Amino acid sequence: MAAALYLFANGRIAGIAGIVSRRWAAPLPAVAVDVGSVGLVVAGLFVGIGVRMGNGCTSGHGVCGLSRFSRRSLANVLAFMGAGVVTVFVLRHVMGSAL
Amino acid sequence: MSPIFGFVSRLIFGLGLILAGMTEPLKVKGFLDIAGAWDPSLGLVMGGAIAVGAVAFALARRRKKSWSGAPMEIPTDQTTDKRLVIGGALFGIGWGIGGFCPGPALVALGSGSASAAIFVVAMRWAWWCTTRF
Repeated sequence: MAAALYLFANGRIAGIAGIVSRRWAAPLPAVAVDVGSVGLVVAGLFVGIGVRMGNGCTSGHGVCGLSRFSRRSLANVLAFMGAGVVTVFVLRHVMGSAL
Repeated sequence: MSPIFGFVSRLIFGLGLILAGMTEPLKVKGFLDIAGAWDPSLGLVMGGAIAVGAVAFALARRRKKSWSGAPMEIPTDQTTDKRLVIGGALFGIGWGIGGFCPGPALVALGSGSASAAIFVVAMRWAWWCTTRF
């Protein structure tokens, strides 16, 4: 819905990777994370580089790209879904980590 | 006009992410953990979003101008190259480790999450570094 609104309003792709986002303080559900600080930094680095290289993320390629039946987006989405699944598998089931 | 639309759409997006559970790393990882306690509900979220988006893009394709008067800028580039796929893979690894992606991380940051803050700092730094190449 948000992407649709933004698209019609501003004619732009609403991938969060492509826009500078705002923050707002609001009562939100507590964010439960099982990863320690080091893990978060590593994760952040990977996501930062990956999003730049791939020109998008779950909202950009995942939602907007796939809604347009974009081949580029499909390739990117398959890559990150695959990588995500494998990473969690390795962390949780191969390494037995609580991550 | 434009900034208002931008703000409203981002607000809806953020609320949607919260409702969907995308701002909760454990839920995200539950979705990715197909060999373990698999929680496919995020897939439904994405499916719903794509369904709505597909209609929107189909309609938008016929327009030359957006509501604000700015021209429609829908990308038409279809080159699928290594950078795109490797970027996707790297993103996926980071996603699998932290359970955060950019949008949800910023939303979580807004709620005061220290974990999100750490993640966002690292992400922005890496992002910035990558723009130098």
